[in-house]
Amino acid sequence: MELLVATAIGALTAAGIYMILRLRTFPVIIGTSLLSYAVNVFLFASGRLSVNAPPVLRDGLDVYADPLPQALVLTAIVISFGMTAVAVMVALGSYLSADDDMVNDPETHPSGAEPAEPAKRGRGAA
Amino acid sequence: MTHWLILPILLPAMLAATMILVARYHMMIQRVFSVVGTLAVFCLAAGLFWQASDGTVSLYLLGNWSAPFGIVLVADRLSTLMVLMAATLALPVLLYAIGSGWDARGKHFHPLFQFQLMGIIGAFLTGDAFNLFVFFEVLLIASYGLMIHAGGSKRLRAGTQYVLYNLLGSTLFLFALGAIYAETGTLNMADLAVRVATLEAADSAGIRVAAVLLLMVFAVKAAILPLHFWLPASYAEAPAPVAALFAIMTKVGAYCIIRIFTLVFPPDLEITQGLFDVWLMPAALLTVALGMLGVLGAKSVDRMVAFSVIGSMGMLLAAVAVFTQTGITAALYYAVHSTFAAAALFLLVDVIRSRRGAAAVSFDVAPPIAGGALVAGMFFVAAIAMTGLPPLSGFIGKLLILDAARSSDLMWWAWATILVGSLVAVVGFARAGSVVFWKAHQPTDKRPTQMAAEDAEPQNTSVLPMVSIGALLTLLIGLTVAAGPVTRVLSATSAQLFNPETYIAVVLTTQGKQIKSDYDTYGDTKEDPEEGSDGADTTDGSNLTEKDN
Repeated sequence: MELLVATAIGALTAAGIYMILRLRTFPVIIGTSLLSYAVNVFLFASGRLSVNAPPVLRDGLDVYADPLPQALVLTAIVISFGMTAVAVMVALGSYLSADDDMVNDPETHPSGAEPAEPAKRGRGAA
Repeated sequence: MTHWLILPILLPAMLAATMILVARYHMMIQRVFSVVGTLAVFCLAAGLFWQASDGTVSLYLLGNWSAPFGIVLVADRLSTLMVLMAATLALPVLLYAIGSGWDARGKHFHPLFQFQLMGIIGAFLTGDAFNLFVFFEVLLIASYGLMIHAGGSKRLRAGTQYVLYNLLGSTLFLFALGAIYAETGTLNMADLAVRVATLEAADSAGIRVAAVLLLMVFAVKAAILPLHFWLPASYAEAPAPVAALFAIMTKVGAYCIIRIFTLVFPPDLEITQGLFDVWLMPAALLTVALGMLGVLGAKSVDRMVAFSVIGSMGMLLAAVAVFTQTGITAALYYAVHSTFAAAALFLLVDVIRSRRGAAAVSFDVAPPIAGGALVAGMFFVAAIAMTGLPPLSGFIGKLLILDAARSSDLMWWAWATILVGSLVAVVGFARAGSVVFWKAHQPTDKRPTQMAAEDAEPQNTSVLPMVSIGALLTLLIGLTVAAGPVTRVLSATSAQLFNPETYIAVVLTTQGKQIKSDYDTYGDTKEDPEEGSDGADTTDGSNLTEKDN
């Protein structure tokens, strides 16, 4: 089981890192999601792997699952879910206002050289 | 246990929620709420600072659960100092946002501002590593909203980059926390300090990885060299008051490095030897070099100021990397100074941008700006402070850092980089000042586009922006005049950091509520398991143990 979980974390992380090194926003967002899956499994494994063990302490119990990482993972899932949603919205806003979904620095990227446009309020709220 | 400690976190949170719910469309009410709330947070921060100034460490147990099990807030000298700094910065920045009308250019500026303040203050006060992560996320998610406030394609592009970069930083933070928990079984900082100290040096690969990962996460926040890429575009494109408030975000990273690496991984700990003198010091010095070269090479004033922030973070971290008491004192002084100096510069850049018409903040020659003498004078003062020329606080900060660096192995490297870097920064700022303020008076034919742009943009007549920049500069001057007393307070702060026994004792010995179950307390069953075996739930428990993996 250790090998399986470790391989899963490794594969997810490797795929995630490959994806975030891409230049366009969509693959990068996919990459960050993969990385957040990897870190969730990793957090889960940090409380040691156990199967069919209760997370609540009781008397006469020798094997139990560590409940704290489970709480941590729940928090991490909620946060990474929200953050991914924000990232998607901001990336979408950026794509719609610039007709371009590159993640480069606007100053060094050619399409960023054009003069600054006046603020588009309707889209700015996105 | 007093509840004062949680108020600076609760107040902005409640205020932000209230503003969204009841005053969504009333800018005036939002402004009043926001200013009053920030003033109240400032008063609370000053009170906490005063309370901690005699060396007491006060503790707040959330839900009254005692330390390693519940989340704690801890107010010692360092955290109250940082909270006070955040609140002091927030006030003029908020007034500038109101005076310049930035807050009305998009939605929800004030609620996001308050959430941001909550996250920053929470990150300074918490005594739990996972809670630190949560407050990081609170301040980040508010900063995402503030960063793209008022929209615009360049700002959204920079915002995308900023969001994605910080998303990765958060993931890395979680990896670090997972590794720490796997090695020690706790995430309370004081408890970690006790447990890490007992780890065998031979069996410390995991915790070493965790320490380096944590350092990397905080280095992302503090914009140290290989991880600084998010900063120039974000700070230059963010709305000015937001960029000014972000001046403290880099200090959150610096604060976390100081906190974790004095408490959990103290400098004399065997397993993290070399982390600072071998890695952090060269990285910090390279950051100074890069920041100052960026100041010289930037193509517009806003990027130049952003790069000067990177340079100042490099200096700050160089002082931290020495890791002596004098080093931390110097770092704290420089942190306070550079926060206010950077904020003042970002606000001034915005004043220049709004008054220069089409030329905006580029280094093109443009006609003199309205009220040029005052703006130029303020820019001069802020630039002197930022580059560290005498007589202002930057000079004193730099002297303290140079003095602290004498005990480092890399002393000559540090001195050379900091001194040459300062010279380069002076040249960069002098160029900006002369192009924007002096060359403007050379006779040039006004191009029609500029005329049109000037006519089109109504001049902002409010005095509030200039007053708030003036307040920031006054703080810098105050920091210079009162350098003696301030340094004494800061050296007491770093002395407390290097003797964390009080902190650890206060966190770990304060009793919360007793955990009672139907039949026994948890502590008793752990000591003698037989005693609780006549409890009602025992049969279920023993059944479950049989399903062993």
